[in-house]
Amino acid sequence: MSVDILMPALSPTMEEGRLAKWLKAEGDIITAGDIIAEIETDKATMEVEAVDEGVLAKILISEGTEGVKVNSVIAVLAEEGDAVPAAQPSSAAEGAIAPVDKTPVAEPVAPAGLVDAVPPRFVPGHDPAIPDGTAFEDVAVRDALRDAMAEEMRRDETVFVMGEEVAEYQGAYKVTRGLLEEFGSRRVVDTPITEHGFAGLGVGAAFGGLRPVVEFMTFNFAMQAIDQIINSAAKTLYMSGGQMGCPIVFRGPNGAASRVAAQHSQDYAAWYGHVPGLKVVAPYDSADAKGLLKAAIRDPNPVVFLEHELLYGKSYPVPQLDDYIVPIGKAAVKRTGTDVTLVGYSRMVGFALEAAEVLAEKGISAEVIDLRTIRPLDFDTIVESVRKTNRLVTCEEGWRHMGVGAEIAAYVTEHAFDYLDAPPLRVCQKDVPLPYAANLEALSLPGVDDILAAALAVCEGL
Amino acid sequence: MAKTSSARQPVPKLKKAESIKLYREMLLIRRFEERAGQLYGMGKIAGFCHLYIGQEAVITGMQACLSDGDQIITGYRDHGHMLACGMDPRGVMAELTGRAGGYSRGKGGSMHMFSREKNFFGGHGIVGAQVPIGTGLGFANKYKENPAVSVTYFGDGAANQGQVYEAFNMASLWKLPVVYVIENNMYAMGTSLYRHASQTALYKRGISFQIEGEAVDGMDVYAVKRAGEKAMRHARSGKGPYILEMKTYRYRGHSMSDPAKYRKREEVDDIRSHADPIDGLKALMLEQEMVTEADLKQIDKEVRAQVKDAAEFALESPEPDPAELWTDVLKEA
Repeated sequence: MSVDILMPALSPTMEEGRLAKWLKAEGDIITAGDIIAEIETDKATMEVEAVDEGVLAKILISEGTEGVKVNSVIAVLAEEGDAVPAAQPSSAAEGAIAPVDKTPVAEPVAPAGLVDAVPPRFVPGHDPAIPDGTAFEDVAVRDALRDAMAEEMRRDETVFVMGEEVAEYQGAYKVTRGLLEEFGSRRVVDTPITEHGFAGLGVGAAFGGLRPVVEFMTFNFAMQAIDQIINSAAKTLYMSGGQMGCPIVFRGPNGAASRVAAQHSQDYAAWYGHVPGLKVVAPYDSADAKGLLKAAIRDPNPVVFLEHELLYGKSYPVPQLDDYIVPIGKAAVKRTGTDVTLVGYSRMVGFALEAAEVLAEKGISAEVIDLRTIRPLDFDTIVESVRKTNRLVTCEEGWRHMGVGAEIAAYVTEHAFDYLDAPPLRVCQKDVPLPYAANLEALSLPGVDDILAAALAVCEGL
Repeated sequence: MAKTSSARQPVPKLKKAESIKLYREMLLIRRFEERAGQLYGMGKIAGFCHLYIGQEAVITGMQACLSDGDQIITGYRDHGHMLACGMDPRGVMAELTGRAGGYSRGKGGSMHMFSREKNFFGGHGIVGAQVPIGTGLGFANKYKENPAVSVTYFGDGAANQGQVYEAFNMASLWKLPVVYVIENNMYAMGTSLYRHASQTALYKRGISFQIEGEAVDGMDVYAVKRAGEKAMRHARSGKGPYILEMKTYRYRGHSMSDPAKYRKREEVDDIRSHADPIDGLKALMLEQEMVTEADLKQIDKEVRAQVKDAAEFALESPEPDPAELWTDVLKEA
């Protein structure tokens, strides 16, 4: 009896990977626990251990194959002594195309809104700061963030990065990859697991004349440090009558990852957005991730920089400019439209763009606004859009109650009431701690369908 | 418990100019705080107001061993620290009265005052929060290869906060130039040391982090200074942090609204009459015939005048302009 060896998922967000190397050959005897192959994910190179025992009968995916889907069969293990097709020619010649069609394994459930379809590309050149003729290059969000830090560290000796696993591990999500090699351990500082402590230490370093970039492995862990972020970083300038500026960036992934449940999946935009003295940024694509992080590092104020784990591996065009800065506090119209305004930030922008495509097929013209900054919030751009479209849907991954959408809806009601043809609607996470089960998680998180439903509702009778 | 005067080591011959300076500084804090208490009672100072009376020798003795560029940071019982740093009593008192002439232009109050010029980094209202921040100042010193030391003060109450130990760990791991001064005044608000601390020898609280520490008679300004010099040398030489536990005592309540039900009046009176830091130094100076009663009266007179001037300034200074409401929230990028 043979056993299929499947491409393993080596992180909660991994969908595919590169089969870097086989460490066993066809015909080798395998014992459970043997390391049989090396697989490169978007975050790291990992070793694959055998779970079952037997003879490696056939390698189906040759080493060097890119884009091997999780759960596809990569090799077949036969019981020792079985008549096995081990003697058959190696699949190396069959080569690079993984025979994934063989897999009877159910694809991992892809809840609506959890796995991005190819999101509509933003149109390069929307930013008037980018000169005509500028070349663009596709860069993953994580690399855009890394490039931003590296550029600012080259420019300014006082900029340093600290956090858990930022140096030798190369970043828990590989965002700081390569920084240790270029800047050394003085400026790329691995901290103990001590969020409250290193957030406060960062604030002190900022008071002492440095520009710390403090990485939280996720913003969920920053709740341990929120006193330092708010009471020490945000309020001290005011309490000191303007003497004590705190130029610090607190950054890391925010919001839901994939199947990591309630304590690792919260969107903190509304929490930090509530606090005067902070700036709060939440980019969607690579260009904004880079340009806004550079702006955040140069900003003389504390900036909470909310990234999204599920965007780290996505690539978007980045203008090839020496010093690309995106100003904090300006929203971007990612798609123009006339019938309904969809406002979102971070990952929800991608869903809003997808929803806009579907709406277009139904004859509804949606305008999509990427907030980019949560505080200060660019209300002008929203109000201007709503005066044109007369309908508003807000999209956020956080909870509805006291959320970002609530603030936008209130503001628009106050400042553009006469322009509204329907009450603003809010697309949000359901009002529950995020569940683990795949189906419940999908029910809880907002996605394209939720935005569509809300947009159709406000456009009823259009 | 703070040691009584009988437990003190006899001080070798004091230096006259230094002794007078220390005496004057402690007296300024005492008189300033008495006046602040009075103004609070008159309704001129509001909110929380934590007086330093009784603890004067700690900051005064420590300041005597600092060098230019060293930083100071503390919690909310901060008036004494500011005066000892050389901040203007007028600006401190005017902040207490919430006026435009205050160090934070009236926007911080008693617990939140700062002076970049004097390297005083606050003035922090959250118990223990200043400890990682002070550690970060030490981090910046080391990063910039600046020989300065961060002197980070906190109380026996704050010594139970988790972030103190997070900071200890990093300070020792990275050999940061920080001197932690624990001002053990025996009460965390109204809870005595023996009711709030499993290890009451607070100087031992760094043992797990390989941080050396010692207990000091915090009611004796020269004992503080001697210990402070050693600790500063240690931190400045690159050996990492050092802990000084200053055994001291506050005569007044935790804040002005303290009903003082948790300790007996006799306890306060006993320490006040046997271990007062100002009386102790005064007695030594007289004993060594360094000063006369008349000299001391003259100093007292000058200090009183200084405090009177500060109080007058603080009452005459206008309230902040309403436009101040909106300034200093963010810096211009």
